[in-house]
Amino acid sequence: MLLLTCPHCGVSAEETEFHPGGEAHLKRIGPDGDDDAFMGYLFERRNPKGVHFERWRHAFGCGKWFHLARCTVTLEVFGAYRADVHAPPAEIVERIQARRPGWTPEGEDA
Amino acid sequence: MARYSVFAIARHAASWHQGWEKAWRSPEPKSEYDAIVIGGGGHGLATAYYLAKNHGIRNVAVLEKSWLGGGNTGRNTTIIRSNYLRDPSAAIYELARGLYETLSQELNFNIMFSPRGVLMLAQTEHELRAYKRTESANRAQGIATEIVSPERCREIVPILNVAGPRYPVLGGLWQARGGTARHDAVAWGYARAASDLGVDIIQGCEVTGIDRDANGVTGVQTTRGPIRTRKLCIVVAGHSGVLAEMAGFRLPVESVALQALVSEPIKPVIDCVVMANTVHGYMSQSDKGELVIGGGADGFNNYTQRGSFQHVEETVRALVETFPIISRLRMLRQWGGIVDMTGDRSPIIGPTPVPGIWINCGWGTGGFKAIPGSGWATAAMIANGEDPVAGPFGLERFREGRMIDESVAAAVAH
Ligand SMILES: Cc1cc2nc3c(=O)[nH]c(=O)nc-3n(C[C@H](O)[C@H](O)[C@H](O)COP(=O)(O)OP(=O)(O)OC[C@H]3O[C@@H](n4cnc5c(N)ncnc54)[C@H](O)[C@@H]3O)c2cc1C
Ligand SMILES: [Zn+2]
Repeated sequence: MLLLTCPHCGVSAEETEFHPGGEAHLKRIGPDGDDDAFMGYLFERRNPKGVHFERWRHAFGCGKWFHLARCTVTLEVFGAYRADVHAPPAEIVERIQARRPGWTPEGEDA
Repeated sequence: MARYSVFAIARHAASWHQGWEKAWRSPEPKSEYDAIVIGGGGHGLATAYYLAKNHGIRNVAVLEKSWLGGGNTGRNTTIIRSNYLRDPSAAIYELARGLYETLSQELNFNIMFSPRGVLMLAQTEHELRAYKRTESANRAQGIATEIVSPERCREIVPILNVAGPRYPVLGGLWQARGGTARHDAVAWGYARAASDLGVDIIQGCEVTGIDRDANGVTGVQTTRGPIRTRKLCIVVAGHSGVLAEMAGFRLPVESVALQALVSEPIKPVIDCVVMANTVHGYMSQSDKGELVIGGGADGFNNYTQRGSFQHVEETVRALVETFPIISRLRMLRQWGGIVDMTGDRSPIIGPTPVPGIWINCGWGTGGFKAIPGSGWATAAMIANGEDPVAGPFGLERFREGRMIDESVAAAVAH
């Protein structure tokens, strides 16, 4: 069972109070994108074994969406951050690097 | 390979059963193979077996990072059925179910196929209508299923509570020739028969990299050294994304945990498989007497092979409601597997963006039942370049919007 803290209302609660919303930071393909790019956006996922960024909703709390950095192998939560950003903020990246030396966001997001 | 038979048992009894040969050879990996299958689960082993048996491609290795069947094949609840909605699904699942009927004889290994019947309960009006639609589709596909009344459900499963309280049973979809089989035996049986045809079964050999040149795949890096090949088939279920990344492409697949549990053993109380998809639980009874219980998958990416407690609670609550008689049973063991989910809940079989690499994955929560048909069709696709059964399941269906949608048909699809 994950224990998560909502970055909006500050409530810490068990996983059942939240709802997972899939991979974070997907970039929507614009009108000039081709079929391959659109198929990638719609369906292809990183599905990493390790550090992962994903969307969650505080469904049975304040109701707001947020982002979470989490390890899919150990279930360690590195931190939660606001929903309206395109990439994890520097402090989250630092926290991950403290726990996973050698990990870089660029290398991860090839 | 010495044949297993009642006479063999009698003969070996005379020497206190000390003389049995190993079921399969475990050779050192060669430096090169005509084809390599990554993943020693049911689907990988069946693919290797049919490559050798049906297509004469025998210079083949199966590379397994841990032990045979240690992935989902040895962790599943072994429901076998073919009552799917779409024609391509019906074709591959019924091919598999049909092969299961005689697989023990074919492999000379008792896989304990038990066509005890699978009953899917309809507990809402919508579910009943959906199952009537499935029954009609199945009739057109030549698959024997029937809608049965609540009274008949009660006859088939006397411990069933048809009266509710939350979701009274309004009917059921009954497939009399569905059932179960022994999961490890399916992996072991295919491994033994494949080994006998010349396939090298190599356990404790993890693929850590995939080599390619301008023309496609050239080999793999493993924990037991590099191995060359021009034909590679990735069959690693929950680890499909990891292998795809090594090969340089992405998949429409997400890995999540699915779990199951068994109760303490009791006298026989249920002689078929019952699935209650509205309340998210299903149950059968093993030959040892344990009730084999499963439910829904987790909602987030996970590689831990553990389940989460709230799903145990949810599943058990659903089944106590459905079978009040089990309310005081203690649960013995619980475990999880990492299942490879696609958006349309149908598998992926076919070539990948890298020439020479095929993939078989995306079986998610329900691929055990498909092992013989999947191996058969995947081997044919590798050998012939195409196959009518595997064909519709290619990766390109996502780009073409040609989904094989089984997600609406069953919420808990095992
Ligand atoms: C709890 C649970 C219940 C289920 N219930 C049912 C059911 O009732 N009916 C049904 O039909 N299906 C069911 N399923 C689904 C079914 O188990 C799977 O779809 C099926 O077993 C997949 O088989 P596979 O051979 O593709 O994968 P696996 O059996 O997982 O085999 C893949 C193998 O690849 C190996 N591997 C991974 N990475 C590497 C690497 N880098 N190098 C070498 N080897 C590697 C793994 O060690 C593993 O042994 C259930 C699954 C679970 C978890
Ligand atoms: Zn909140």
